[in-house]
Amino acid sequence: MLKRLLRLIVKEFQVTLGDKRARAMLIMPVILQTLIFPFAATLEVKHSTLAIYNQDGGQASVELIQRLSHTAAFSRILMVHDDGALQETIDRQQALLAIRFPMDFSRNLTAGRTAPLQVLLDGRRSNSGQIAAGYASQVFQAYAAERGAKATSTLSVRNLYNPNLDYKWHILPSLVAIITTIGCLIVTALSVAREREEGTFDQLLVSPLTPAYIMAGKAVPGVTIAVVQGSFIAVAAAWGYGLPFSGSVPLLLTGLVFYGLALAGVGLFISSISENQQQAFLGVFAFMAPAVMLSGYVAPIENMPRFFQWVAICDPLSYCIPIMKGCFLKDFGFRDAWHLLWPLLAIAIVTLSAALRLFRRHIA
Amino acid sequence: MIPAPTDQDLTIEVHDLVKRFHAEGPAALDQVSTGVAHGSITGLVGPDGAGKTTLLRTMAGLLMPTSGTVRILGLDPFRQGNLLREKIGYMPQKFGLYEDLTVLENLDLYADLRNVTGEERRRSFEKMLAFTDLAPFTARFAGKLSGGMKQKLGLACSLLGSPQVLLLDEPGVGVDPISRRELWRMVRELAQGGMTVVWSTAYLDEAELCDDVRLMNHGRVMASGAPKTLLGLLEGRCLHVANLAGHRREVLRRALNAPEVMDGTIQGANVRLLLREAGRRPDLASLEAGPAATLVEVEPHLEDAFISLLGGGPGGDSALSKVMPRVELDPHTDPHAVIEARRLSKRFGDFTATDDVSFRVSKGEVFGLLGPNGAGKSTTFKMECGLLKPSEGQALVMGIDLKSSPSEARQRLGYMAQKFSLYAQLTVMKNLVFFSGIYGLEEERQRVKIQQMVEAFALEPFLDTLTGELPLGFKQRLALACAVMHEPQLIFLDEPTSGVDPVTRREFWTHINGLAQKGVTVMVTTHFMDEAEYCDRIGLIYRGRLIALGTPDELKQGVATPDRPNPTMEDAFIELVQGADR
Repeated sequence: MLKRLLRLIVKEFQVTLGDKRARAMLIMPVILQTLIFPFAATLEVKHSTLAIYNQDGGQASVELIQRLSHTAAFSRILMVHDDGALQETIDRQQALLAIRFPMDFSRNLTAGRTAPLQVLLDGRRSNSGQIAAGYASQVFQAYAAERGAKATSTLSVRNLYNPNLDYKWHILPSLVAIITTIGCLIVTALSVAREREEGTFDQLLVSPLTPAYIMAGKAVPGVTIAVVQGSFIAVAAAWGYGLPFSGSVPLLLTGLVFYGLALAGVGLFISSISENQQQAFLGVFAFMAPAVMLSGYVAPIENMPRFFQWVAICDPLSYCIPIMKGCFLKDFGFRDAWHLLWPLLAIAIVTLSAALRLFRRHIA
Repeated sequence: MIPAPTDQDLTIEVHDLVKRFHAEGPAALDQVSTGVAHGSITGLVGPDGAGKTTLLRTMAGLLMPTSGTVRILGLDPFRQGNLLREKIGYMPQKFGLYEDLTVLENLDLYADLRNVTGEERRRSFEKMLAFTDLAPFTARFAGKLSGGMKQKLGLACSLLGSPQVLLLDEPGVGVDPISRRELWRMVRELAQGGMTVVWSTAYLDEAELCDDVRLMNHGRVMASGAPKTLLGLLEGRCLHVANLAGHRREVLRRALNAPEVMDGTIQGANVRLLLREAGRRPDLASLEAGPAATLVEVEPHLEDAFISLLGGGPGGDSALSKVMPRVELDPHTDPHAVIEARRLSKRFGDFTATDDVSFRVSKGEVFGLLGPNGAGKSTTFKMECGLLKPSEGQALVMGIDLKSSPSEARQRLGYMAQKFSLYAQLTVMKNLVFFSGIYGLEEERQRVKIQQMVEAFALEPFLDTLTGELPLGFKQRLALACAVMHEPQLIFLDEPTSGVDPVTRREFWTHINGLAQKGVTVMVTTHFMDEAEYCDRIGLIYRGRLIALGTPDELKQGVATPDRPNPTMEDAFIELVQGADR
């Protein structure tokens, strides 16, 4: 029977890789996302516009404006000449941040008095706004410190695992997990649905192959594709984007295999409840979107309402992403990752056996 | 024989029409010139891929011809499409009914699209609903209608706005004989009212009902004329070998190898022959049909005309059966129950699809399951080959319940589905390797078997062709090859020949006959009445129950009446189904 299973797996690869469009479906997203994601999906604030209303015109304010315009965050400074115009730059999203230097700003500063200034930020883009405000206040503090203003207590921040807070370091390891998800689900969920549409599924069911073999014949290619895609992005991250890879390669591969199995279970489960490719595709999306949202990639799981934290426990992606990050940034070994690996395996066992049950029921 | 297209009475004129979908590929329509007379039903007849749909779509102005002209009611469907749209009703193969809308909502939608409003809409709905007998079902979802009812609703929708020309693309597909007769009655009425109808079909027996036919193959019109005229040419060339003793399949095989015989089929207990020339009969003694056998002249059919135009059917020997070993059943297996249904029932919710069906099929027997659409034929078939689990009763294959030991039993059965379930994205060779591989054929045995199949089905030139791009006839051959490579002892065929041309169908049945003679047990479902005649026995399933079981001749004799002493298989089918309703 093992040779027959091998035939089934070979056939699956021939069908998946032989078809030009199917091949593109597996290769193009990986390449595009590896190229686009690290640049597009960034939380760093760069090249935004700063609006300034300088009522003061003194030496201190001019100096500060100079310094602000030299930061990477603000590539454009928009000078306005009344309060209304200042407000308007935010209204129209012309600027992310607006600063008003009051009339007595330089005078106060020279006299050693506190010199307040007004900062307006766009609440609609609260995250970027706050980050931009953070950059601006760093500039002010540095200036104040140079002028020997009484140094308030300063925090010295050291960012562990990502010392320069490079956003790519966060994105790329997560991307390994996310892109793998698409490839594996397409191979498992859509291919069964396609066989059902084309009638070849019945042809398999009347053969001596049992449902378990047919499922294995779908799961193995799915896992293989997951591992290949994941490794590709991992290599691109390490060599192309220069991420440090401090953990173990066997762990990375094991993580991908376990994750692939969990996904294959989900994919086969979806396929066994859908009648055609359209339904399977919707099923894949219905799984993908919440899986990514709840994985901790978008927002930390600890910040979610309790209910969603529970849901996240069942989300295979919420284990795979930490494993990948661990391998890259945290010098993970098997011992560190075990608490993430076994839940993946548990999810794989549950989803695969549920899919098998449904497969058998379908024949009934 | 092609009527001159300048005739004043022609509603549709087609001149030198050529349509190519790919610049270097074969033409879907190759220099077609023909005309359709006002108020007639003209049949476009031919197998799938003959060009029927392309011609209809070109007439409807949906396809731009590569060259040539089309005129409908004197107008050009491309340049003057706006003027024609109101005057043409077109019903595509799968009419665009919205399955999630009710019958009335579908009618409303198409009435809106055709701008039929107010009093006119009310009157035409009333007329359509009475005409189609759909009045009691206006609130039913279109998706829940039977195949025949869907076609009637599709017809009603395309008739809204009272078109003068009606183009129907295979309205008879997937429709059982009873609904098909009703459709004909309706269309006949329309033609009598002055409507010009073009009806495309792959069923040659259906085409005999048309006023005028165009026999099509490979994008060309091979013959035109009234069925009577075409059949007249075959006078004296159709014979029955009646009262034959011995095996009719053997007699057919010998007859097909006789030089005088162009084509032959099995018709119940008789063998039907088409001669190359009227009067030159084969030597009866050489057929070894027994002492009482006689040759009786019978009415020709349009199918004979078609086969004759294609140069005759295949020979009588099946290259496949030569390489198949004789079936030796397990000593424990009862040779009279290779396939058995024991009080088989299947319920889906509160709907009983199969209701207490029992039958037994002997070794080497060809057993046919017939029945209207949705009557439970497929459900019964699927339970027998293990694709569905029975709610009650047992489906046994060689005495083995497919539930308890599926793999072992499945190794011995072959299955061929109606849609040629092969991997379209893989080459012919890869399909052969795959299907032999999952049945456990390896290395030398696999190589030899594949070579045998390639030779038996003449697949050599196509080995590296993607299966999806094969001509239909070869797809069908490949499907059969894949189903029998593991030398099954029994084989399940689900509407195996729908859409293929009659010659390929003959060849297919030559193989099946050859397999049966080697002791392979065959179970087949079909919509073709002539295919039913090949069966040794037929089970007729209606409303989930087995309403008749017997040889084709027994079923036909059972419905014989003084005014109809020689009923056809279709008569028997209709009579038995209607009898069950009474």
